[in-house]
Amino acid sequence: MKRILRVIAVILVVGAIAFWAAAGANRGWTKTRIPKKIVDEVTGLEGIQWQNKFVPGVDFLGAALLGGGILAGISIFVPTKSK
Amino acid sequence: MIHKPNKTMKTKLTVLAFVAAASAVLAAPQKFDFKDPKGINNAGFKLDAPLESINGSASGVYGTVTFDPENPGATKGKITVATASLIVPNPLQRQHMLGDKWLDAARFPTIVFEAKEFQNVQTAGDTTTADVTGTFTLKGLSKELTVPVKLTYLKDKLGERVPGQKGDLLVIRSNFTIKRSDFNINPGQFEDKVSDAIEINLSIAGASPK
Repeated sequence: MKRILRVIAVILVVGAIAFWAAAGANRGWTKTRIPKKIVDEVTGLEGIQWQNKFVPGVDFLGAALLGGGILAGISIFVPTKSK
Repeated sequence: MIHKPNKTMKTKLTVLAFVAAASAVLAAPQKFDFKDPKGINNAGFKLDAPLESINGSASGVYGTVTFDPENPGATKGKITVATASLIVPNPLQRQHMLGDKWLDAARFPTIVFEAKEFQNVQTAGDTTTADVTGTFTLKGLSKELTVPVKLTYLKDKLGERVPGQKGDLLVIRSNFTIKRSDFNINPGQFEDKVSDAIEINLSIAGASPK
């Protein structure tokens, strides 16, 4: 059980860091919409179209690290199986 | 002795009266509607605080502007932005922004600028630049502001933008800065994360169908 908790903690932290880095290593808050510029050819105006997209930020990374830390902490108090 | 106008004279007078009336109609100020069927019209905003930069935009822009191509300095109008249409990328941040502690969109559903006077008007071709003084209303508080604007009059271009319609377009661009503290939006608080200065970038086009 101790080992399982630690493995899950490592997977959670490493997975979250990998996902965050793959999604662009956003150092701001998590975004659920991103702006896309569109240009109106007649007027030359630049408009903004919001697209739904999940971009993890530092809060996502923090939550994953916290979750991993809690799991690792709990594992300390789990008694080792006696042989 | 009174001369009776003959038939030719009558015809000439009728034609002159018609031409005069038509000229008056053509020279009259045009009303432009800024509700954009293409959804391009937007008001962008940026708050650049030391710890955080917030970028967003509002698409709920509408209003009317009366513009006379022969006298751009006489332009008048009111542009409104629906507070609930303000978007930032983070959903929690947007919830806070529209909530009662910040913009209170439920109580103050609109942000309005009403243009009253044009100064330093300069026209070159279809483009006019000017400083516009008007009333800016945000979160229920009104303040007089003078902002730079650029107006571009696009005659007979409505059909290219909205197929099947004939008319003119008026494009308005303006960049200006307001202070949230002037509108009682948490003055003096959280300035490391939410700057006092709000840079606003207005890019809108209005239509005057014929």
